[in-house]
Amino acid sequence: MSAVLACTGVRKVFGSTVVLDGLDLTVAEHEVVALIGASGSGKSTLLRCVNLLEDLDDGMIHLDGEHITDPRINPDLVRRKIGIVFQAYNLFPHLSVLDNITLAPVRVHKRSRSDARQQALSLLKRIGLEEKADAYPDRLSGGQQQRVAIVRALVNSPRLLLLDEVTSALDPELVGEVLDLIRDLKRDGMTMVLATHEMTFARHVADRVCFLDAGRILEQGPPEQVLDNPVEARTQQFLRRLAPA
Amino acid sequence: MTGLADGPTQAQLDRIAWRRRQTVRSILVAALSTAVVGALLVVAITGAPGWDRVRQSFLDPSIAADALPDVLRGLWLNIRLLVFCAIGSLGLGLVIALLRTLRGPVFFPVRALAVSYTYTFRGLPLIIVIYVLTLGVPGLRLQGMPSVLVLGGAALVLTYSGYIAEVFRAGIESVHPSQIAAARSLGLTYRQAMRHVVLPQAVRRVAPPLLNDTVALQKDVGLVSLAGPIDAVRAAQISTAEHFNYTPYIVAGVLFVLLAIPLIAVTDWVTVRAARRQAGR
Repeated sequence: MSAVLACTGVRKVFGSTVVLDGLDLTVAEHEVVALIGASGSGKSTLLRCVNLLEDLDDGMIHLDGEHITDPRINPDLVRRKIGIVFQAYNLFPHLSVLDNITLAPVRVHKRSRSDARQQALSLLKRIGLEEKADAYPDRLSGGQQQRVAIVRALVNSPRLLLLDEVTSALDPELVGEVLDLIRDLKRDGMTMVLATHEMTFARHVADRVCFLDAGRILEQGPPEQVLDNPVEARTQQFLRRLAPA
Repeated sequence: MTGLADGPTQAQLDRIAWRRRQTVRSILVAALSTAVVGALLVVAITGAPGWDRVRQSFLDPSIAADALPDVLRGLWLNIRLLVFCAIGSLGLGLVIALLRTLRGPVFFPVRALAVSYTYTFRGLPLIIVIYVLTLGVPGLRLQGMPSVLVLGGAALVLTYSGYIAEVFRAGIESVHPSQIAAARSLGLTYRQAMRHVVLPQAVRRVAPPLLNDTVALQKDVGLVSLAGPIDAVRAAQISTAEHFNYTPYIVAGVLFVLLAIPLIAVTDWVTVRAARRQAGR
């Protein structure tokens, strides 16, 4: 099977802090990988590096076999193939829901406004938010905003979707609707890498769970293995602290 | 539950009645205190020993009527200059602010130029810039020299765009970096992210301070009269000298205030509308 994403020896340093320390990660097509680990273990940084929002300090990242951390490559072209959804949604507050979604198709892909509108409306219909098309993001609940953000990341038909703590800012009762959408995407075969603090989330959507510690993947495997029978002492310690009961 | 089906409960009715009484009371108190303060001011001013002299030399209706046409003619010059200079300095200010945000070593000279521009023209007194442009530049005796009015306007644009650039820059920097990250992650180029995501939010946020600068500009455009053209204040000065009476200044002052009101009202309206649209009300 061909790898959609391949990170080899990825290193990222902020000041004197080594956040990623020679990390290796390969993600196959249609695979969903969950990154877990303590705050500051480098989950979000890895996602930002993959989306070229951060420069690497060493190592390489390949997308569909193309070396995307080659400095001669145009990062804008790479980003069009990767969708990312942020913890704080990052919707554009001055644009309506519909305009948030159609901004990239119209401006980047030069598609006609009506064509982009049609696609956006059908995506909104799928997540049950078509009547919010003309509303501004402030009017939506957190769960609705996050679902719009996911749809916005999908309009580019990305090869890879990165989800950075997408449920962390949500009230518990709103988490479900976002999880449902992500499960739908998994059913459609979307390749995803998600960083999360919520083990139930990782358990339900991930094919593989990776435990990050000290800038590397310390342990990885199917969710039941990593979450229920971790081998490494650090993983056991991390999971115990999450579920003290 | 009681109340919902049968209308408000007694407790709610009491609350509404109490609030209504409070509202009436505060309106009465406000009206009374305004009347008292107003009356005291009128008594204090008209009762002052020099009031009659002051009224004669500042508030003479016949002199006001006499000065009005000249002052209005001068004001027309102010308005034309204001429109030209406001558009010019907003445009130039925006360009300079954008040049300052450019990154990468290639743009170092451009950035440095933009920075020194804002330092120089915010530091230089406007009067000196006007003198240099209206008196110094024509001295070069170059072909096709524009009129003194255009040169004076250019001086205003140069100075004000220095301030306005900084207002725009503050607005651009106030937009959270996560907005740029979101835009770039969708594949927008830096320019597209600036144009479609950052600037619309930035301009909306700095609209009130931009208006502030425009109102200040409205008064400063009159300074071109230092180089000869007759604006409203200059016209009032001439009229004052003719009548040995200061009333024309008051006329010009009132006209300036009247001119500022629509400008302020329009921007307030624009700001409120934008805020309301985003909040979806």
